Amino acid sequence: MQLKQLTNISVALAAASCAVLGQPAEAGTVLDDWQFNSAILLYNETDRVSAGEGILTARGDFGDDKYLNLGLVVDALTGASATGAVAQPYVQSFTRPSGRGSYDVAAGVTPLDDTFHDTRVQLDASWEQPLAQNWRASGGGHLSKEYDYLSMGLNGSLARDFNQKNTTVSVGLGYSHDTISPEGGIAVAFAPMLLRRDYADDSSYQTAFNATRDREDDTKDTLDVLLGLTQVINRDWLMQFNYSMSIADGYMTDPFKLVSVVNNNGEVQQNLYENRPDKRTKHSVYWQNKLHFSGTYLDASYRYMWDDWELTSHTADLKWRLPMSDSWYVEPQLRYYQQSAAEFYMPFMQETDPLPQFASADYRIGKMNTYTLGAKFGTKLAAGNELSFRIALYQQSPENDGDAAPGVLAGVELYEKVTAVMAQLSYSF
Amino acid sequence: MKLTKILSIGVTILLVSQLTACSSLGVKPWERDTLAKEEMALNSAPLDNRLDDHIYFSKEGSSGGRSFAGGGCGCN
Repeated sequence: MQLKQLTNISVALAAASCAVLGQPAEAGTVLDDWQFNSAILLYNETDRVSAGEGILTARGDFGDDKYLNLGLVVDALTGASATGAVAQPYVQSFTRPSGRGSYDVAAGVTPLDDTFHDTRVQLDASWEQPLAQNWRASGGGHLSKEYDYLSMGLNGSLARDFNQKNTTVSVGLGYSHDTISPEGGIAVAFAPMLLRRDYADDSSYQTAFNATRDREDDTKDTLDVLLGLTQVINRDWLMQFNYSMSIADGYMTDPFKLVSVVNNNGEVQQNLYENRPDKRTKHSVYWQNKLHFSGTYLDASYRYMWDDWELTSHTADLKWRLPMSDSWYVEPQLRYYQQSAAEFYMPFMQETDPLPQFASADYRIGKMNTYTLGAKFGTKLAAGNELSFRIALYQQSPENDGDAAPGVLAGVELYEKVTAVMAQLSYSF
Repeated sequence: MKLTKILSIGVTILLVSQLTACSSLGVKPWERDTLAKEEMALNSAPLDNRLDDHIYFSKEGSSGGRSFAGGGCGCN
């Protein structure tokens, strides 16, 4: 099943790439001023989501340091995604988020909604050019569309070089407007997940279901500010420092996620649709180093992020490129990520507790650490073309943030690990 | 938590002030041989970074840092 899904995704991506590649091929010598980068990524979680993503970017040199960048991304997702509901020692029934159809989850198994699939197409473009001596500017936009989601955005940046181009200071601004229109509409905060079997007929079920929905779609606006400082330390060492702030306003609840309400014995009484705040301000500091030593190249970065949902995270990323010959290199890659839980994260609710203002059982905003271990193998071909292959193992380990599991919940896995394999093929020409 | 935040901001300010104040940092234009190599570019693998950012944006509670945190997808 998984293999078939992946094959379908691969075929779709290959077809999309060919369709795009077919056009510039006819353009002839104009292509000499264009650099193309392409990549296909397959991402496969054990028993959960499979995704395929294809990217093609083109960078056109218009002379006098003026460049046009164009990008096309196509991705397809399929498989099962954790709903947020807790496992139980008996079979559970769930209604699909659209309200049509239901599925059963076996005893002791983390509830996953297996009907999850989507295809996304993204187009982006940007233009960059010098403004005056030591000044550069760029401006661009993106458009991303999937079945139930639309994102449109604009961005711009300004950079100034100092000190014989050893120091660069930059400022960037980005704005995006997103619209989400989930199948079946958007649930009222903490609306219960209804089951068809509790109703006498389809029409009484549908009436009750419609009463749990209050709108077809909703929006989110995001403003990003990025301040950057790049400094050449010496002949073999380059450093980058960024501070960024992201202010989001609008619908940030995941319309497909549930929170289970349990009794004193840990038995689920009902499942409610989650509710998150409609404002979030994130800050991050990012420090990157590029180092050359003994003929090898090290890319080491660290990010600290904090926000007003009280989620904080540390991310360390290492990539070490080791040339094996004039044309081959191997690059081991290691990433470690650790986050604290958002203040409204709860793996389940107790029925005796009052309903909170916000709650989500989505493990992705719970306490968690993840690591990625991978390697990239690349070779330079004739005419400066480059071919590379990257493979990585990604593991997420959600953790208990001090919630005692009552009764039957003590006997089931509430913090299941997720393991994924990523394989990527890239070609630059 | 607060202390970590204050510490990290302190370290940032200290580092930035050290970098800008120290005029001995940097190289002469003719010493840029290594720095000019594509392996030394800050974004030496733009597609890898883009794919990674998309995956981690979808799977973790953080985003941004290297570039805009932004929106862009419904990503489940």
